[in-house]
Amino acid sequence: MGDFKFPYFFDYPPYFTLQPVQDTREKQMQLWKELILRYCQHHKCFIINLEQEFPLFQNLSIQRKLSFEAREVFLAALVAEGKAEWLDKAHKKCLVLWRSIQEWSEMILQLVRDNAMEDGVLTLDEIQSGDESRGTELAGIDRFVLVRALKLLEQRGKAAMFKGKAGDDEGVKFSAS
Amino acid sequence: MGSGSRWAERLLESGALSDAGRPLLGPGEVECQLLDGVDIEVVDSGVEGDPLRSGLLILTNARMFWVHQHSRSAFFLPLSSVSRISAPRKGLKSVFSSTLRLRGAAAAHSSVTLLLSFRGHASSFDNLVSQLGAVLQSRAWETLPAAAVNPSTASASTPSSHWNPSRAGVSGILRKEQEQWEQTDKNLQEAFHDLNALMGKAKEMVLLADKMRARLLTEGSASGSQQELHDLLLSVGIASPVTKESAGALYHQQLSRQLADFVGSPLQSAGGMLALVDVYCLFNRARGTELISPEDLLQACDLWDRLDVPVMLRRFDSGALAIQIKSKSDDEVVARIMRLVDDLRTGVGAREAAKCLGVAPALAKEHLFSAEARGFLCRDDGPDGLRFYTNFFKDAQFP
Repeated sequence: MGDFKFPYFFDYPPYFTLQPVQDTREKQMQLWKELILRYCQHHKCFIINLEQEFPLFQNLSIQRKLSFEAREVFLAALVAEGKAEWLDKAHKKCLVLWRSIQEWSEMILQLVRDNAMEDGVLTLDEIQSGDESRGTELAGIDRFVLVRALKLLEQRGKAAMFKGKAGDDEGVKFSAS
Repeated sequence: MGSGSRWAERLLESGALSDAGRPLLGPGEVECQLLDGVDIEVVDSGVEGDPLRSGLLILTNARMFWVHQHSRSAFFLPLSSVSRISAPRKGLKSVFSSTLRLRGAAAAHSSVTLLLSFRGHASSFDNLVSQLGAVLQSRAWETLPAAAVNPSTASASTPSSHWNPSRAGVSGILRKEQEQWEQTDKNLQEAFHDLNALMGKAKEMVLLADKMRARLLTEGSASGSQQELHDLLLSVGIASPVTKESAGALYHQQLSRQLADFVGSPLQSAGGMLALVDVYCLFNRARGTELISPEDLLQACDLWDRLDVPVMLRRFDSGALAIQIKSKSDDEVVARIMRLVDDLRTGVGAREAAKCLGVAPALAKEHLFSAEARGFLCRDDGPDGLRFYTNFFKDAQFP
C-alpha cells in the first residue's frame, strides 16, 4: 500500500475555504466527499473525530486547513448521502462508510466461501485480523462495522453470532451454504 | 439770574452750551424730551434759594438740563444721581401747575429734593414725566461712554462724584461687552421660546400625518379616497405605506421609468457606472422644474428591481450608492480581473484588483465579490486575508 495520492486541487488554497457561493460550494462538497472516502479507504480509517486533528483536513505545504465549520459541513453531507453515520448526538464522531454495511456483509460471505467455511465458525477477531482475511479488504475492519455487517447477515439467516465463554471473543456461526 | 439762584450753581452742574444756545451732548447722548416753561426749585433740603424760572427742560438719556436761553445759562443733573421721583404733596402749587419731585444726591449733599413745576398743559408734563420714568428705569446712561455723562468744554479733570470709575478703561469696555452678550443671550432665549412653540405645532402636524397614514394602512379597498389620501400625503412629503407594499404609486413608477431612460447616455459616457449623487444632480438639472428629492430618487431606483430596465442600483458595503448598466460594465470588469488572475498560486486580493481597475480598494472588493457570485472566481480565506482565484471547482475532477 503506497502513499495516498492527493489530487492536484488539494494544493489550491481555495479548496480549504468553505465557498459561500452556492454552486461553487456544491462542487467543493462533491470533491471533498469523494476525497474523504478515498482517503479513509486507503488508510483503513473508519472514524473521524471532529475534535481531533485529521491529517486529511490540512495541507501544510500551502499552509491551509479546513475550518471546523467546513469539516462539519462536508461530513454532514456524507451522512446525508448515507456514506457516513454520526456515532454521537453531538455530531462529533463520524463513522465513514467508504464501503456500505451491505458491501461489508457481502465481503464476509465471500471470505467464507473462499475459505470453505460455509458452515464454519469464526471469531470476530479472526475475521478482523486472522489468516483468512489477510490481504483482503476485511483485514483491519472496525469492530463496530463488523458487528453491523454480521447482524445484517443474521437477518438474512446466513450467520448467527454468539458470545464466547468467559474470556473468549465473540464468534459467528455461518450457515451460508 | 439773581443771587437767589446761587444754589443752582452749587448743587447742579453747569452745562456747556453751543453757539446756538443748545446744550452740548456727549457721545451717544440723545435728547428724549423737551419742555419749555419749567421751574426748578430746591425744597426740603436745608438749602435756600429762589426757583429757576421758566427754563427749557431738556431730558436726554443721561441728564436733565435746565436751559435759560436768554441768560445763556444751563444747568444739568445727571440722571444717575436721581434716586426717586414722586408726585408732589397736595399743596397750593399743585392746583395751578403740574409738579414733580426729584430726589437725589447732588454735590456735597447726600440728599436733595428738587421740585419741577410747569404751568402749561398737563398732558405735556405727563409725557415728560413718563419719559423720565422710562429713562430712569432703563438706566440708559449706563451704556454710554463715561464722557456722555459729563462732557464739558472746560477742563473737567476732576470727575464728578457721580461718575462711576469702573465704567472707564478696559474693564469698562469688558463690562459693556459682557452686558451686550447677556442681552443677546436673553434675546436668543426669547427667540427660542417662539421656536419651541413652533416645534410643538410641528409635532402635532406629524402626529396628524401619522394618524392618516395608519388609516390608510387599515382601510381596505376604498381605492378612490385612498388614492386621494395617498396623493395628499405625498404632496405633504410623507411616503405613503401603500407605495411600499404594492408595486408603487403611479407617480413613482413613471418617475422610475423616466429615470431609467434618462440615465442611459450619461452612463455610457461615464464608462458604465455613476455615483448616485451625480445622477441626482444631472437628473434634476435636466428636469429644470419639479425637482425630485433624494428620497424620490432612491425609491425610483429601488423600483427598477420590479421593472425590466437595463440599469441597476448598486449598493456597496461602504454604503456608497451607484447606478450602473446591468451587464456591460460587470463583464468588462470581470474580464480585466480574469486577466489578472493568471497565476493560481497567489490569487488576487483587493489591493491588486484596485490597482488593476483603477478604483478604490473597497470598490474593487465589491467587483471581486460580484465576479465570485457569478461563478468566475472562488475565494481563499487565508492568513493573508481574502484572495480570489479562477473558479477551478467548475471543471475539477479526480485524475
